Amino acid sequence: MSISQFRQSSIPQEAELLRSEVQSFLKSELTDYPLSDRAHSWMGFDAEFSRKLGAKGWLGMSLPIQYGGAEASPFARYVVIEELLAAGAPVSAHWIADRQSGPLIQRFGTTEQKEKFLPSICKGESFFCIGMSEPDSGSDLASIKTNAKRTDNGWVLNGQKVWTTNAHLSHYMIALVRTGDREETGRHGGMSQFIIDLSLPGVTVRAIPDLTGGEHFNEVFFDNVALEKDALIGEEGAGWQQVTAELAFERSGPERFLSSIALVYAALDVIGTNPDALQARDVGRITARLLTLRDMSLSVTQQLSDGENPAWAASCVKDLGNAFEQEIPEMLQLLIEQQPQIDGGSEYSRVLAYLTQMAPSFSLRGGTREILRGIIARGLGLR
Amino acid sequence: MRELFESTIERLLGDLSTTECIRSAESGGWAGGVWEALEENGFTLASVSEDNGGVGAGWGDLFVVARAAGRHMAPVPLVEMLLANWLLELAGLKAKAGVLTVAPEGMLERTGNLISGDLRQVPWGRHSHAVVALLREGERSSVVLLRTADASAVTKSNNVAGEPRDKLTFTSVSPLEVGELPDGVGNSSLQLGGAMLRSAQMAGAMSKAMELSSNYAAERKQFGRPIAKFQAIQQQLAIMAEQTAAANVASESACSASDSHLNAFRIAAAKIATSDGASEAARIAHSVHGAIGFTQEYELQLLTRRLWSWRGEFGSSTFWSKVLGEHICASGSRNFWAAITHSHLQELKLSR
Repeated sequence: MSISQFRQSSIPQEAELLRSEVQSFLKSELTDYPLSDRAHSWMGFDAEFSRKLGAKGWLGMSLPIQYGGAEASPFARYVVIEELLAAGAPVSAHWIADRQSGPLIQRFGTTEQKEKFLPSICKGESFFCIGMSEPDSGSDLASIKTNAKRTDNGWVLNGQKVWTTNAHLSHYMIALVRTGDREETGRHGGMSQFIIDLSLPGVTVRAIPDLTGGEHFNEVFFDNVALEKDALIGEEGAGWQQVTAELAFERSGPERFLSSIALVYAALDVIGTNPDALQARDVGRITARLLTLRDMSLSVTQQLSDGENPAWAASCVKDLGNAFEQEIPEMLQLLIEQQPQIDGGSEYSRVLAYLTQMAPSFSLRGGTREILRGIIARGLGLR
Repeated sequence: MRELFESTIERLLGDLSTTECIRSAESGGWAGGVWEALEENGFTLASVSEDNGGVGAGWGDLFVVARAAGRHMAPVPLVEMLLANWLLELAGLKAKAGVLTVAPEGMLERTGNLISGDLRQVPWGRHSHAVVALLREGERSSVVLLRTADASAVTKSNNVAGEPRDKLTFTSVSPLEVGELPDGVGNSSLQLGGAMLRSAQMAGAMSKAMELSSNYAAERKQFGRPIAKFQAIQQQLAIMAEQTAAANVASESACSASDSHLNAFRIAAAKIATSDGASEAARIAHSVHGAIGFTQEYELQLLTRRLWSWRGEFGSSTFWSKVLGEHICASGSRNFWAAITHSHLQELKLSR
């Protein structure tokens, strides 16, 4: 693991060709979609919009053609998702399925599982959430207690997940649960991944409103949920390794540094074409950091494309990217004399109010700052 | 070509640009051995075409040379030489051997065929045979090559790292060469090239400081264990690694985007990212090293004093941020995202 992992890379021409098509689609689909809604970025939920993307062939793009995918390069998907994020399109419904559930099923699933799940992911018809955190297991994920025990027909699931984004709107959860004894299997053993149909008896989903009043995350209870044999995805006991393999996909994408881009647009409109010196300086800094983060993210995409495991490099992108998207509302509130307002006021004021409040979550979701830096330190050989 | 460059320059500077050599240069010596080896291996002419006696390398390939010059703190004007000859060629002039440098600041005037003016912050001015400067006359810019020996005064001055940054005064001298820059090449090309190369040098120096810091943390024991085992140290070094990675990526992108012409937009972004990152990296490196890093004897100061110098040379982070920010604001919010995805097409103007 070293800094030289970050080789320069750029989007190949054939992937770049997609960009204008995606842009014209978004232009016509999102004509009346206001900036204050675009500010929700990948937390904006619109099932109908997701289905339209599926119809365009822009979901599950890397998956095999026989399952509805396009066998496209990671860069083709990159162009599509960065255009969606830059436009603030409501991508939340399919986001997890497209980013990691689909690739996970493709990588570890049986033929039956692929046939069952992948086509509807590609059509934007089945939505997934990720079951990781529990009340007593956040950063220390290996301490999870939710467990699945073998029965004659399959498995029986008991326990609780928490902070599960979109559990109330998703069809399935891919959960990491305990299937073996921690004492016997070691710290990272004895865990497995399951695809849980959230409509099953014994599953209860309860919303936890966030500090803006929004309902995105949930607690999910499992009370003797009977799972079929094929709910297990991948190998029994290999859950930790499977989850770790997903992390590079989860942590290096443009959603890790574009969450505040709507506020940059709003600020540029307020500042106008003749900025004062402070405004010019801060806008310049924001631009330079964004360009650099995108280059780093593209470099990780190249590594993924080459079949490497860039978990270390992905952690760098996420940590730097989260700091960037968190600093944008902080920088801009010092630059423009317009108060943040949750309603009324200008569009800039509303976008600022929303992102000021949302920003703390950017470095919590998908691995905290401290955990990421711990991973980076391990890569440096310090731990 | 890049791989060959990198392995050759790393070996060459690793052998010759030793801390003894750097310290001796800081005391006023000329590292002639390093320079001769660079000449023998073709590095001093690498930026010009084969017709001109060089190897026709682009800045994308030369990135690794500039980065190695920073990493090994080569106490000679290598990147200045690459830039000087590149500018001569751009102006239709012959590349030159010897020791050439460039003039980052200062104003020249031409009366008839004679040149006068002060050139400031000239790297290794006192050790160079000739200096490349820009002569601005109305809308036109010309590249001028002046013999250092013709200067009426050489006022010695050093940057924070003890690298010569001299003032050369010329009073009605005949230039060695004058060549007009072609249309479309701004009179900012010298500053842009310098900013691009300093960015690459900073990326190299940050990488080296990163290695020193993590090695030191692994060796130094306190409270009965290596300080690398403490989370407070790990978290700081992780931030330093992120900044170092960002500096490497940003400076490489700027160089690669500048093969056909200097890409001002990319270079501005790289100078901002590396200058800001250099400040952070130097801060953390010293914090992790404690008092030993503050001594003259230990190697770290050779790197951090260069980072503190280079971050400001050819334009600070604030200078380039304002240039970049004015361009972005003038283009409006609707064009912001396209500027990011199509940075190679951005026309950034420096002179206002």
